[in-house]
Amino acid sequence: MANLAINHVTKSFGSLAVLNDINIAIEDGEFLVLVGPSGCGKSTLLSIIAGLDEHTSGSITIDGDPVDGLEPKERDIAMVFQSYALYPAMSVEQNIGFSLEMSKMPKAQRLERVSKVADLLQITHLLKRKPGQLSGGQRQRVAMGRALVREPKIFLFDEPLSNLDAKLRVEMRTEIKKLHQRLGATIVYVTHDQIEAMTMATRIAVMKDGILQQFGTPEDIYDRPKNVFVATFMGSPAMNLLPATVVGETLSLKGADAVLPVPASVVAPLTEGREVLLGLRPEWLSLASAGSPSGPSLPLLVEVIEPTGPDVFAALRAGEREIMARLPTGTPVAPGQKASFAIDLSKAILFDAASGVAL
Amino acid sequence: MTAMLESSSAAAANRPGSIRWSKQFGRVFVYGCLALLALVFLAPLLSMLLTSLKSMDEIRAGNLLSLPSTPTFAAWANVWGASCIGVTCGGLKGYFGNSFLIVVPATFISVALGAFNGYVFAQWRFRGDNLIFGLILFGCFIPFQIVLIPMAGLLGKLGLAGTIPGLILVHVVYGICFTTMFFRNYFITVPAEIFKAARVDGAGFWAIFFRILLPISWPIVMVSIIWQFTGVWNDFLFGVSFAAGTNQPVTVALNNLVNTSTGTKAYNEDMAAAMIAALPTILIYVAAGRYFLRGLMAGAVKG
Ligand SMILES: Nc1ncnc2c1ncn2[C@@H]1O[C@H](COP(=O)(O)OP(=O)(O)OP(=O)(O)O)[C@@H](O)[C@H]1O
Ligand SMILES: [Mg+2]
Repeated sequence: MANLAINHVTKSFGSLAVLNDINIAIEDGEFLVLVGPSGCGKSTLLSIIAGLDEHTSGSITIDGDPVDGLEPKERDIAMVFQSYALYPAMSVEQNIGFSLEMSKMPKAQRLERVSKVADLLQITHLLKRKPGQLSGGQRQRVAMGRALVREPKIFLFDEPLSNLDAKLRVEMRTEIKKLHQRLGATIVYVTHDQIEAMTMATRIAVMKDGILQQFGTPEDIYDRPKNVFVATFMGSPAMNLLPATVVGETLSLKGADAVLPVPASVVAPLTEGREVLLGLRPEWLSLASAGSPSGPSLPLLVEVIEPTGPDVFAALRAGEREIMARLPTGTPVAPGQKASFAIDLSKAILFDAASGVAL
Repeated sequence: MTAMLESSSAAAANRPGSIRWSKQFGRVFVYGCLALLALVFLAPLLSMLLTSLKSMDEIRAGNLLSLPSTPTFAAWANVWGASCIGVTCGGLKGYFGNSFLIVVPATFISVALGAFNGYVFAQWRFRGDNLIFGLILFGCFIPFQIVLIPMAGLLGKLGLAGTIPGLILVHVVYGICFTTMFFRNYFITVPAEIFKAARVDGAGFWAIFFRILLPISWPIVMVSIIWQFTGVWNDFLFGVSFAAGTNQPVTVALNNLVNTSTGTKAYNEDMAAAMIAALPTILIYVAAGRYFLRGLMAGAVKG
């Protein structure tokens, strides 16, 4: 178990800059999730931590010791690859036990460890098979097993659950979380799945085009995004962004002919006439009922409703603007209806319209 | 031909009653063509075999493809153990043995080195790797004749002139270009993440090669073995240039046997000798030809 620090790491392939001055530090036992759009450099960063790729500049320390230039096996890490990367000629059992074999662990002990991991991953019945005879999800579990069988300082996971069906994915998510709690393992985990990111992480790093956009706890990322990209990337449906102009103590929403007070959370002084974006998460909207305390509200037209089970997503319209709301199931709204929606501005965020940076 | 079959059955589909007939006609036509072509290609071999089993009298009297009236292996026995080649009269068997002494080590060494080179070129980066691979590829295109003189000089300097080890060296050097290319092109299709996973698992250079790569490379090993075996076995130019006297391979001996027999030409013996000289490569194809095809395919299709 170990802490990990990534200091000013830069990586280019020839003239193509893939990672740009990445700084991330996590403590022993933390669960870091890397998220970002496809091609933003997540796998590359993972490879660099593993020692499979060399960074162009900067340094990486594990447990305080620089590991730059060390071979992967000298770093004591285990990794699950995006494409499974199973050894085609070996059985599942040999695949999982290969690292132990390489570290010269006696056979009996090795088999015991392998069978424990196979149990955990529910692949005991597959141990004698070759990877070619497995389904995608089974292969992924074998790939997981290959990492779990070791007890490394750091686990690196590159989208390990992306090919599992929904049920197995939830199960494995819980398993990984349990494993994390039981072993206190330090984990770096790449995913496209926001729920995975929010539920498993103790820290999230959001990347875009090789640049770290924000690094913080899941709450930081969700409630206090530093810019428009982070705000809209995390959360589904995405945060609503309403263009507005500062008029005194209020915001005049453009194209909607409506006015809202400036959120109390905004401390930066706002100059008159400044162009901003008002960020509202869909769950901060609710149907204003007669009895509720009178906060700010907007008259909105219900266009589409999408029941999802626990919630109803409602596409609302104010003039030219479309606003998504997440309402509890059973909220009496119907398409075509005009209603007044209360807006919880306590968490609302203002972004500079030009730079996208949170104010 | 499949295209033709498809179009004929597609046309037939418009007239439901004739589908069956048309399909059958197509099939008969295809198999007829295949049989005819096979016959054309096999006729010389058949004629060789038949001639080698006949007596000289019968050869003079009969036609090329008639069956022997009293099949005899006398000609085979004679060329194998007794015919005079040059000044010695021990038949082909010694030279046949020479060819094996050359082809087995030459094939083994060149395939082993090719596998190793291919592995390095496919998965490890080092300074000038592409340049060196380019030079090795270039080696595939150097005509034999160009290297004869310098090679003779080199073998002389090494003290290997006229010997079997000398010939093995020549064949290994020439073979490496091809086997390296085969293996490199095969290994390049193995996903890089497999190598990365192995490195993370603590496998070193050799463990990756022997434990992970070699077990999945038998198709290309087969291709290389067949390629090298037939190439080295059928070689005449290097054999005649670099091997002296009793060290010569069977191809050279065959040539000497056929060209130096005095008096009347013993066609049955010539044919028997040619059959003997060709037999190992034929057997290799029969035994491993399907691996050859499969191997070429496996190299072409990713996965
Ligand atoms: N060997 C390479 N040579 C050149 N460019 C590369 C190489 N490997 C990756 N890249 C580029 O680096 C960028 C980051 O790739 P990376 O695989 O890290 O993305 P990612 O964030 O993992 O994406 P995904 O979510 O699709 O897996 C991409 O633009 C990719 O094209
Ligand atoms: Mg990736």
